[in-house]
Amino acid sequence: MGTEIRRENQCEGEKKKEIMRMELESLSENEEFARVAVAMFMSRMDPTMEEIDDVKTAVSEAVTNGVIHGYQGKAGIIYIEVAIEGRELTVTVRDRGVGIQDVKKAMEPMYTTDVTGERSGMGFSFMEAFMDQVEVLSTPGEGTWVTMKKQIGR
Amino acid sequence: MTESAFTYEARGQALVIHLPGELDHHNCRNLRYETDLLLAENYITRLVFDFSKTVFMDSSGIGILLNRYKQMEGSGGKVAIYGAGPRILRVLNIGGIGKLVPCYDSKEAAIEGGGRQMIPGGKLWEQR
Repeated sequence: MGTEIRRENQCEGEKKKEIMRMELESLSENEEFARVAVAMFMSRMDPTMEEIDDVKTAVSEAVTNGVIHGYQGKAGIIYIEVAIEGRELTVTVRDRGVGIQDVKKAMEPMYTTDVTGERSGMGFSFMEAFMDQVEVLSTPGEGTWVTMKKQIGR
Repeated sequence: MTESAFTYEARGQALVIHLPGELDHHNCRNLRYETDLLLAENYITRLVFDFSKTVFMDSSGIGILLNRYKQMEGSGGKVAIYGAGPRILRVLNIGGIGKLVPCYDSKEAAIEGGGRQMIPGGKLWEQR
């Protein structure tokens, strides 16, 4: 597990971009750590409680997907990058797991490959409900990138 | 870390499940095994979920509620919720649970059923 916080001054010098990167082992106990760390980092944007909770839920969904589906419960690293640029928050959650064969299908509400019946199939729907924008890129055998954006303090 | 995130309370034919502060995939792992065991060993017609300590929930919580709802419906039983704060009610509504499972303001009301039911997402009350 490692974290890194970096500040980049953009060329205009006006709008600074702040970035935090984390690498977490693909373990279910890290789901809570991930969402709390992202919430701590975004607190400098002076968000409302609701905005913090929305982002925490979305991060939890993306990391849980990585643990359950990306790495199928096996060992692996989940990469998280959080960027703040003005009022815009961008969270990227990436795994090098099995990938998704059909992203469009995976993003359909209630669709799940889980056979235990315990999973709702609402992970991506929740990310879309709680963030402004969600983009999913996946290559079977290589992994999945989930990029989520939200305007804070509208 | 091995201890259960859930505590259970038997009240006649009702089983009250006290949920943890953070209802995510990690904390939901043992729920199915534990409730299946309790449902097999006891005559339960009502499952009551206590959200009074829960401050965080993601779609994992929706998954376990939906599954318990289907399970109880299959045996003619009922499911109810109490103690949910505004955040939890919002997540329950987005997850479509608000329409399926009634929310109450107290444990006694949830065990009893009917009567004063909470309108999901609001503080209004309704007589059913």
